[in-house]
Amino acid sequence: MRIKPAHTQTMAITFLWSLALLTLGVLMFIIAFILWKGMPNVTWEFLTQSPRNMGRDGGVFPMIVGTVMVAGLAVLIAGPVGVATAIYLTEYTRESKFTHVIRFGADCLAGIPSIVFGLFGWAFFVFVLKMGMSVISGGLTLAIMVLPTIIRTSEEAIRAVPASYRDVSFGLGTTRWQMVTRVVIRSALPGIGTGIVLSIGRSISETAAVMLTAGSALNLPSSIFDSSRTLALHFYIMSREGISMEKAYATASVLILTILAINLFAYWLMQRFVGKAK
Amino acid sequence: MKEKLIHAMLTLLALAAVSSLALITAFIFIEGMPIMLKMGLGKFLFSSDWYPTEKPPHFGIFPMIVGSLAVTLGAMVIGGFLGLGCAIVLTQFCPPKAVKILKPSIELLAGIPSVVYGFIGVIILVPFIRDVFGGWGLSVLASSIVLGVMVLPTVTSISVDALQSVPKAFGAGSIALGATRWQTTHMVTLKAARSGIVAAIILGMGRAVGETMAVIMVAGNTIDIPHSILDPVRTLTSNIALEMGYAAGEHHEALFATGVVLFVIIMILNTVALTVSRHRARKAGA
Repeated sequence: MRIKPAHTQTMAITFLWSLALLTLGVLMFIIAFILWKGMPNVTWEFLTQSPRNMGRDGGVFPMIVGTVMVAGLAVLIAGPVGVATAIYLTEYTRESKFTHVIRFGADCLAGIPSIVFGLFGWAFFVFVLKMGMSVISGGLTLAIMVLPTIIRTSEEAIRAVPASYRDVSFGLGTTRWQMVTRVVIRSALPGIGTGIVLSIGRSISETAAVMLTAGSALNLPSSIFDSSRTLALHFYIMSREGISMEKAYATASVLILTILAINLFAYWLMQRFVGKAK
Repeated sequence: MKEKLIHAMLTLLALAAVSSLALITAFIFIEGMPIMLKMGLGKFLFSSDWYPTEKPPHFGIFPMIVGSLAVTLGAMVIGGFLGLGCAIVLTQFCPPKAVKILKPSIELLAGIPSVVYGFIGVIILVPFIRDVFGGWGLSVLASSIVLGVMVLPTVTSISVDALQSVPKAFGAGSIALGATRWQTTHMVTLKAARSGIVAAIILGMGRAVGETMAVIMVAGNTIDIPHSILDPVRTLTSNIALEMGYAAGEHHEALFATGVVLFVIIMILNTVALTVSRHRARKAGA
């Protein structure tokens, strides 16, 4: 018997929707499970105290500071470089062999696994440049890792700025640089911001690369040349070595909440950008 | 004058990405090649004996290569299916209001730290597999499922781009000929977006091959060639991350050599994906 096309359609759509809902379900489950197990232990003390007993007691304050320092440094370095690259690609040059090479570099960089970034950071920043396992080694390694994301999102945002804006600016007698800084960047800002915010998220989530470059010291880092354990790595060590499940869940909750907040903020920025472009 | 200076500065900064790539390539190869050549490339790649701390040490990464391939294939079966399904729903059958929920949710899935995926895998999935299917639980299957969910956002977002770039007229023509929406989707739209979807799957594979922390947590990490999907495995990435902490001398070089192999695999996958999607761009332009 031949099945009617209308029936096939109903079956196919039901099947596809169940895949999409399954995906949504997995996401909801992960978030709900971690928060349900961990939130009761996320107290003010947990957020503001240092760990004691290898992390069995106390809190995660040094890891929060370490994470902010490593991720902050990564974005402080990758942000300007990435936006400059995007400006160069969109405003200062035509498509040529040279721009192809730059794009190829960024595309390849985007595909490299984090553990390879870790190996590189370990060999180059930690040993050759003698920075040791430190916040700065970790920050620089992550900066290279998030650079492609920042380049791509900034380029898209800058390309979306209408050509007429540029014409008007030139018509008023501005130089190219004035046009870029006062007109183009200003209207592309929410789009650029989205890329930067998502890069912060990625730096916070990263574990393999920071494990090999920033180290796993439990102390509060006093400068960027100290080793520091990030939240994600702390969570890994706590759960893997079975030090304290309670604290592991609590650390994971802090991580998940941060990532949620970052994604919501990025989404809000993007909506603003899209709204403005219309 | 000032403009020229700015132009020069921007050119210099734009070179950062390529020069980083060159630097990374150089360092990984310089550190990893000597031991590969000393062992002999064939022996390093195809021997199953990994005894890094014996005297003399022996480094053969064949089980890890098989392990990486196994979990990647498994991940693509799961992640490819789910990811493409989500992409089709998002672009073809989803009311705009639902897109507003589904799309950011999938993006959020990409933002969740890999250690959290690994953790959920160990706490929920591994015991489940152990109880239902038997075995150790830490297995190719567990890794495939965890990785599948992790690569899903990559597959979805690139497939969505590919599906959206199919000209509206293609679908409209098919509908006008009396085809149902589903017939239109799978006979016209999916076919037209084929090369983009292939690129999405290949880039997803790259993600799966390169993932480290989540795999360490659920794969079991024994150095044996797996015979079933319930056997534990060790991947190339886990091999590096597990042993970097205490490796020294040649052992340490051998881990970099593992990195070289990983790097080459990723570069091949990337180049194929880039070529496929560029091919599509050229076709669309013609």
